Amino acid sequence: MTMIFGVPLAVFMGQLMLGLINGAFYALLSLGLAVIFGLLKIVNFAHGAQYMLGAFAALLGAQYLGINYWLALLLVPLVVGAFGALLERLVLRRIAHLDHLYGLLLTFGLALIFEGSLINLFGVSGASYPIPEALSGGIKLPFMFLPTYRGWVLVAALVVCLGTWFIIERTRLGAYLRAGTENPALMQAFGVNVPLLVTLTYGFGVALAAFAGVLAAPLYPVSPTMGSSLLIVVFAVVVIGGMGSILGAILTGLAMGLIEGLTKVYYPEAANTVIFLVMIMVLMLRPAGLFGKEA
Amino acid sequence: MSTTTTSPTPTQTRARAARRRQGMLMIVLLAIALVAPLFAYPVFLMKVLCFALFACAFNLLLGFAGLLSFGHAAFLATGGYVTGFLLSSYPGLTPELGIVVGTLAAVILGTLFGALAIRRQGIYFAMVTLALAQMMFFFYIQAPFTGGEDGLHGVPRGKLLGLIDLSDNLAMYYVVLAIFVIGFAIIQRTVHSPFGQVLKAIRENEPRAVSLGYNVDAYKLVAFVISAGLAGLAGATKTVVFQLASLTDAHWHMSGEVILMTLVGGVGTLFGPLVGAGLVVSLQTQLAQSPLGNWVSVILGSIFVLCVLSFRSGIVGEIQNMVRKNFK
Repeated sequence: MTMIFGVPLAVFMGQLMLGLINGAFYALLSLGLAVIFGLLKIVNFAHGAQYMLGAFAALLGAQYLGINYWLALLLVPLVVGAFGALLERLVLRRIAHLDHLYGLLLTFGLALIFEGSLINLFGVSGASYPIPEALSGGIKLPFMFLPTYRGWVLVAALVVCLGTWFIIERTRLGAYLRAGTENPALMQAFGVNVPLLVTLTYGFGVALAAFAGVLAAPLYPVSPTMGSSLLIVVFAVVVIGGMGSILGAILTGLAMGLIEGLTKVYYPEAANTVIFLVMIMVLMLRPAGLFGKEA
Repeated sequence: MSTTTTSPTPTQTRARAARRRQGMLMIVLLAIALVAPLFAYPVFLMKVLCFALFACAFNLLLGFAGLLSFGHAAFLATGGYVTGFLLSSYPGLTPELGIVVGTLAAVILGTLFGALAIRRQGIYFAMVTLALAQMMFFFYIQAPFTGGEDGLHGVPRGKLLGLIDLSDNLAMYYVVLAIFVIGFAIIQRTVHSPFGQVLKAIRENEPRAVSLGYNVDAYKLVAFVISAGLAGLAGATKTVVFQLASLTDAHWHMSGEVILMTLVGGVGTLFGPLVGAGLVVSLQTQLAQSPLGNWVSVILGSIFVLCVLSFRSGIVGEIQNMVRKNFK
């Protein structure tokens, strides 16, 4: 059997694959954070809770309304995203003129409310969501066994990430968004409805989180606390990559997932902390972040 | 009335009067604290005092230096774990030594984290501190001396200086009160010193403070270390009081709770964190016994949202504004 530094190739590739999938979730979530931060200048602490809401919406939709996976993948981001837009319109807008730290505190409070309510309704332990039939089973590659669903998650996450990049960097709407990031007052003077743009942007960021939640539902136990611990890692990823660049956020997310997977192979005790250690190294060597341009 | 050049200006007089009011308020509060155990359960009061010290330490950073740390749980937990481990493993050790070493451990951790975190500003500062604290959380789950998920139980209270038996709640209460007063005095001194004035300048306008020649990073770091050390002191004391150190103290919820206490009481006021800690701890104690016990985090979250939306100066801040408006 082929070995890589004393580890069988199949095990090595398997862990690398798991790492890459975690990385895809880091990328999706840090992308959403970056999009929201760009225009609203707030760090959305409720992002983890909104990811969790996405997973729960898929689960409950399947249980009570018979909504299948594919429909959920389409509907849940729309519904949760609309809920996010409502939240922006009713709550976040009222503190838009204040120091951005208040945005962090407010969304932190919202995260506590969402998480706490769902714990009371459904308990902490969580439920499992079945893998859709079309994606069950796996493919035998020459060096490893790849469960089809995991392959699909990777492809779907990458497509959505690159699609977002395309919209923001290459379309007219994206140009508005980037201009709004630079100077919202001037945009408004040119006749662009900036408040609407802000609402839609927040809704879109939340929809990305909910989409990640639906993707994650068949992979991880669906529980009310699934988002919060993930979010803190994503914060570290965001500090490493900086929120200035969309592609930077995607690349950093994937890379951190890979590093985490590698650590799991060679030194499993540090797998939980390795991303934080990378963050410390980046802070020491390149304080603005790998892709950051912050002074 | 004619003013001569030698008499104090109105601003000075007003500042002096405010100082005098504050001093009197402190004496009254201390008198209340001294007789409080006659009327209330000492263990509850000790819990309030520990969290009040924790919140005051946090407020030094947010209220007076403008730095929002989302990772103060790490220092509370470090103080608690180190003290708890020492007192359980070395029975000859007196509690005050354990508390001192626990506080020092938090100071060291604060120096390391502070040096890293001040390399970024604003929102990134908050995220860095949160991530570092989460790293400590994972470390404490796996470290051999913390008891993992179970935590450290049955930490002996011991005898203060080898003389006073602290297993008596009343004796313990006065020790905790003394520790709180010392911690509060350190904060009070820091805030009103020239050092504190520079901190406020940095909070208000960092580029200007830099251009005036202040080494802003050094000031921020020292403030961070003092704050971390006092948070560690609170954690160490709490461990001795409850004879327990657990992962709850290291969890990010705890970092959120201390922000809430400070916010409810009034960010940047001296007494705000005290009021906030009292309120939040009482609320938690009351809720734990009521049928709403499971909804604590929802209720805390709602208070968070309400505070940020419409009550940003906090209770003490609002009172100060009222006093300023009506009796100037």
